[in-house]
Amino acid sequence: MALQSLDIRARSATTTPLSSVRRGVEVAKLIDISKCIGCKACQSACMEWNDLRDAVGENTGSYDNPQNLTESSWTVMRFFETEPQGRLEWLIRKDGCMHCADPGCLKACPAPGAIVQYANGIVDFHQENCIGCGYCVAGCPFDIPRIAKKDSKAYKCTLCSDRVAVGLEPACIKTCPTGALVFGSKEDMIEHGNGRIADLKERGFQNAGLYDPAGVGGTHVMYVLQHADQPGLYALPNDPKISPLVSLWKGISKPIALAALGLAALGAFFHYIRVGPNEITDEDKESHDTTRPDRAQ
Amino acid sequence: MSVNVSRRQFFKVCAAGMGGSSLAALGFAPTAALAEVREFKLLRTTETRNTCTYCSVGCGIIMYGLGDGAKNAHAEIVHIEGDADHPVNRGTLCPKGAALLDFVHAPSRLKYPEVRMPGSSEWKRISWDEALDRIAGHMKEDRDRNFEAKNAEGATVNRWLTTGVLAASAASNETGYITHKVVRSLGILGFDNQARV
Repeated sequence: MALQSLDIRARSATTTPLSSVRRGVEVAKLIDISKCIGCKACQSACMEWNDLRDAVGENTGSYDNPQNLTESSWTVMRFFETEPQGRLEWLIRKDGCMHCADPGCLKACPAPGAIVQYANGIVDFHQENCIGCGYCVAGCPFDIPRIAKKDSKAYKCTLCSDRVAVGLEPACIKTCPTGALVFGSKEDMIEHGNGRIADLKERGFQNAGLYDPAGVGGTHVMYVLQHADQPGLYALPNDPKISPLVSLWKGISKPIALAALGLAALGAFFHYIRVGPNEITDEDKESHDTTRPDRAQ
Repeated sequence: MSVNVSRRQFFKVCAAGMGGSSLAALGFAPTAALAEVREFKLLRTTETRNTCTYCSVGCGIIMYGLGDGAKNAHAEIVHIEGDADHPVNRGTLCPKGAALLDFVHAPSRLKYPEVRMPGSSEWKRISWDEALDRIAGHMKEDRDRNFEAKNAEGATVNRWLTTGVLAASAASNETGYITHKVVRSLGILGFDNQARV
């Protein structure tokens, strides 16, 4: 019997083995950018479901509102005006956690259990275990986690793990009026995406494709892009990877540091039994006092 | 029960204990690999079907209320989302509809009839009976004065052009039919709903 509603596949800073016998369905969210009208119903629904209310922002001449992700805004519509095929296109991307199969945040996190990946693919932050170090921010290839000023904890989209755990779709998926957001098994979402891509290609978007980057093991939030050859148009990284610093720190540095720690303890022990504690005799004291009068005061 | 522990054994046990706790302090301690999602917040709330109050699309919504309807439980709407069984929206909601919870709890929300009397700058709360009597009185007075049974050519027109009606947009077909009958039978031509919000 499990003591949690979703089985856990990976847990930050944990070396004990996790139960891995049961098999469930991997879920995914598909964001079809070609269908999105930028209405921000997903933003409203996200705030409503997760009991978040961000501060009222200011208009800076763009539809982006808020300007960026915050600890209270886990998803944000980003608006791009470009002319990739010689005519104006208004590309609107719903930004938020990608729920990577190989999550950089989880790898970088030093706090046991602060970041967890469930067997269905959802990567979730557990604020009660978070120490607010910000390593997840550095480890994320998509710049998603945000540290709250109020409590120094990291926050991001949970893919509504509380809804998915009881068999519901995430709040943003349910509310989306145009059907640009769909949710289901990862397999079904890839199939759905391929159907959309074939349709877009027929309509003249020759480079339409699915954004499911292999550099992070694939993601559980995927995009249908009209211009999959230029993810930069949507401010998406071309080939996202976990920062080499994270793999260096978690891969080589940590065992070396631990070995150094052990060697230091061992050295101290041998030094103690071979040499013993350093004792000061009266002679030492006297010679010190006479030879270094300037320091004696 | 007496425990025979030699001096050597005592030191061994202490050293092992000390070593173990130091390793635990260094992060070698195996902690239980558990994590639970946030508790589902609608588990026993009371679900009430309704229609979104905003525009004329008339999306179905479900309001989730605190408590199971027991006499001593004071209900409070804690969550609103689209009604998946409603043919109009099948669960979806626009950004305004998705934020209905804050509309319901808005401090500026009008909850009862108010009147600003002629010459006054203050809004005064009145009862529904007072409000309906007042509206009916004004309508009768205005209709008696301005109702036109015939136009200049002598044709029967039975119209009343000095008063208009704005009705709800999220009403059902039946409500709309009755509203129409009442308004048109009075001769009112200026008739619309608040769909364009």
